[in-house]
Amino acid sequence: MIIDDLTEITEKELASRKKFTIRCCVAAGCVSSNSVGVKEALERAVRDAGLEDQVEVRGVGCMKLCCQGPLVQVDERNESPGATVEIRSVDTGPLYQKVTPEDASALIGTLQGGSSNLSQADPKHPFFAEQLPIVLANSGVIDPDRIESYIAAEGYQALHDVLRELTPKDVLDSVLQSGLRGRGGAGYPTGLKWGTVAKTPGTQKYVICNADEGDPGAFMDRSVLESDPHSVLEGMAIAGYAVGASQGFIYVRAEYPLAITRLQTAIKQAKQLGLLGSGIFESPFNFNIDLRIGAGAFVCGEETALMASVEGKRGTPRPRPPFPAESGLYGCPTLINNVETFANIAPIIRKGAEWFSGIGTEKSKGTKVFALAGKITNTGLIEVPMGTPLRKIVELMGGGAPDGGQIKAVQTGGPSGGCIPADALDTPVDYESLTQLGSIMGSGGMIVMDETTRMVDVARFFMEFCMDESCGKCIPCRAGTVQMHEILTRILNRKATRRDLEKLEELCDMVRHTSLCGLGQTAPNPVISTLRYFRNEYSELLVEDAYGPRRNGNGQCAQPTADSTL
Amino acid sequence: MAAKTLTIDGKQISADQGATILDAATDAGITIPTLCHLDGVYDVGACRLCLVEVAGINKLLPACTTRVHEGMVIKTDSERLRKYRRMTLELLFAERNHVCAVCVANGHCELQSLAYSLGMDHVRYDYRFPKWGVDNTHTLFGMDHNRCILCMRCVRVCWHIEGAGTKNVSGRGSGSQIISDLNQPWGTSDTCTRCGKCVMACPTGALFAKGATVSEMERDRTRLEFIVTAREKKQWIA
Ligand SMILES: Cc1cc2nc3c(=O)[nH]c(=O)nc-3n(C[C@H](O)[C@H](O)[C@H](O)COP(=O)(O)O)c2cc1C
Ligand code: SF4
Ligand code: SF4
Ligand code: FES
Repeated sequence: MIIDDLTEITEKELASRKKFTIRCCVAAGCVSSNSVGVKEALERAVRDAGLEDQVEVRGVGCMKLCCQGPLVQVDERNESPGATVEIRSVDTGPLYQKVTPEDASALIGTLQGGSSNLSQADPKHPFFAEQLPIVLANSGVIDPDRIESYIAAEGYQALHDVLRELTPKDVLDSVLQSGLRGRGGAGYPTGLKWGTVAKTPGTQKYVICNADEGDPGAFMDRSVLESDPHSVLEGMAIAGYAVGASQGFIYVRAEYPLAITRLQTAIKQAKQLGLLGSGIFESPFNFNIDLRIGAGAFVCGEETALMASVEGKRGTPRPRPPFPAESGLYGCPTLINNVETFANIAPIIRKGAEWFSGIGTEKSKGTKVFALAGKITNTGLIEVPMGTPLRKIVELMGGGAPDGGQIKAVQTGGPSGGCIPADALDTPVDYESLTQLGSIMGSGGMIVMDETTRMVDVARFFMEFCMDESCGKCIPCRAGTVQMHEILTRILNRKATRRDLEKLEELCDMVRHTSLCGLGQTAPNPVISTLRYFRNEYSELLVEDAYGPRRNGNGQCAQPTADSTL
Repeated sequence: MAAKTLTIDGKQISADQGATILDAATDAGITIPTLCHLDGVYDVGACRLCLVEVAGINKLLPACTTRVHEGMVIKTDSERLRKYRRMTLELLFAERNHVCAVCVANGHCELQSLAYSLGMDHVRYDYRFPKWGVDNTHTLFGMDHNRCILCMRCVRVCWHIEGAGTKNVSGRGSGSQIISDLNQPWGTSDTCTRCGKCVMACPTGALFAKGATVSEMERDRTRLEFIVTAREKKQWIA
């Protein structure tokens, strides 16, 4: 494989484009509402109408407005002379929603000038118009099952340039200058992490892609893998070159069968074309990627537990340091990044670090993908520049609460995050601002709640999740979450007193500061943040202490009886 | 090996490079409470009792797995640490059925003596009273899950000192359980060499030699020491 081969594939791919491309979403969301059946019906309708030479029906990745699936978009060929790359016409062709197989012939009829009353989404709606796709640029456009489709969208260009024109140091500098931070939750600067792995001596190093995505309600990583698997492979290969690794692993949960199949196909195709394997682009660089399937424990998303699991051991975290960058998989220096982090790499190399760092805020660069869910009109995937105000996301793009309801709070960061109250909706979404509000960016789950939501319920839901998902290794998390869950249940059952609430807060503090890994350290966050903004919802549920105030040994009340803080 | 100098609880001490804070403190005669640590086996940092404050670091660090650095200033005891340690013990006592009065390890139990020394005089959390069983199928030893604190000492000695690999953990969270082989009765295990090292390693009354009754279960840690010194120092102590 040399650069001419890439160009040839691109040209062939573009030349073979027919007048119309009908894009039919085949990512998990739409598949679950029978988009595969829709695609087959569309293909049949094209045949019946004798339009095979004019219309291509293409399975593509997520088209973002998942709540209205199956989604089908019609795209007419761009005849303008400069159109060398895959046409991105998200805002041009009509976008049909909730399409059924029965709609197929009517839909094909519209191509011949027929009219139809099929339900359409408005591609100019802010939900689409305000998005800035970098990670999801190919999602909904290319065919994830065909590497040629990715190559036609400038795929593997960046890998070529890196291997043939840049030194590992150049790549590290680019990633550092881009200001990219890890998208897996903590937001650690990616360039720094890569630099550490590159500098750590070692003959064997590894690159791991964390595709465990365990936050309830989050599906960003799944969509990227299902819609554009090659972008992750390309990012990993570039990372391998930069840090000096020749082997990569993708750790993906078994609950994502479609993502696993797509990845397997993608790896096979990349190997066939020599884009993975040895001597890539006729350089001395070798890189292979293998899949490791996780059994779906949330804690296995934690990097040290993940590596134990890859090694075939029980997936429990271990104390850091040593960090994976120094001693990771099989004791070797290991780079571990999130799916979305890797998907940002090829665009950064192609368009330059300055371009990337021009997007976003001072400390949070680029875009972030969010999975918008909960009490909101438009549920689905959005990718927006860092620093976009939360209000714009939930009210303008998301369309607010359905049926005119009032938004009460927005939960970000899943079980490790917190609730942001409605009056803080003007906060820009970036790592620092969210942390200041007592929540976190997290991996991108965003759950909108309206007035019918009881915050104590929310806190208990996430505590139950953490209790069930605790690995059981350390005492504060294993036993502490059980007791916190018990107290929350008692509060909800109107059986708890002020003293129980104090115990709960004390446990929050203790579990946060003494747990071994991030799961335990952040498990109290949903309680702490709901107490911070919605304390009255807790105190309203408390009952009088039947035994009256406790006394200490001096005959004085240990606690003041009248409560000033509640 | 270069030495490092550091301050623990106001005391200037020196420690070997690569030593843990726990090693350094023990050498200097400073006691840090521990439960999952066991001399001779690698540390896992699970019980969180040994957490200490290190100046300039806003996280608490486990003494058993943190290596010393030049100029470290460490506090092993503070109001806050004592409170966290007491709470950790309270959580343990509430978690399973620790009924000292009828336990073989009464008076010889590390959990019990830590509760004394750290002043944990009562448990403020709801006792969970879980239903755990006793495995009495082994001819020499028994396992009472009601007393287990999941410190994993038995697992570590079984794999890394004896090399039998009988003991393991199944489940997760509060449902974690010590198992033998493929979660079968201990007595039917093909791999158990009946060496008794797990019994000697256990800090509580969870693992016991059969025939012992209340308060009779004393541990003989020298059984571990023999192999560990042989391995590490190439000395065969009698
Ligand atoms: C309990 C727990 C679960 C986690 N789950 C995930 C996950 O599902 N996906 C992920 O990318 N990172 C997850 N992380 C974060 C990883 O440990 C790690 O920081 C991340 O993969 C680093 O990648 P990044 O630098 O690209 O963000 C989790 C962390 C914790 C503590
Ligand atoms: S904090 Fe929870 S998940 Fe993490 S090591 Fe401790 S018990 Fe396991
Ligand atoms: S049986 Fe004993 S040694 Fe094993 S984990 Fe339980 S308490 Fe620890
Ligand atoms: S002795 Fe250090 S965590 Fe248990």
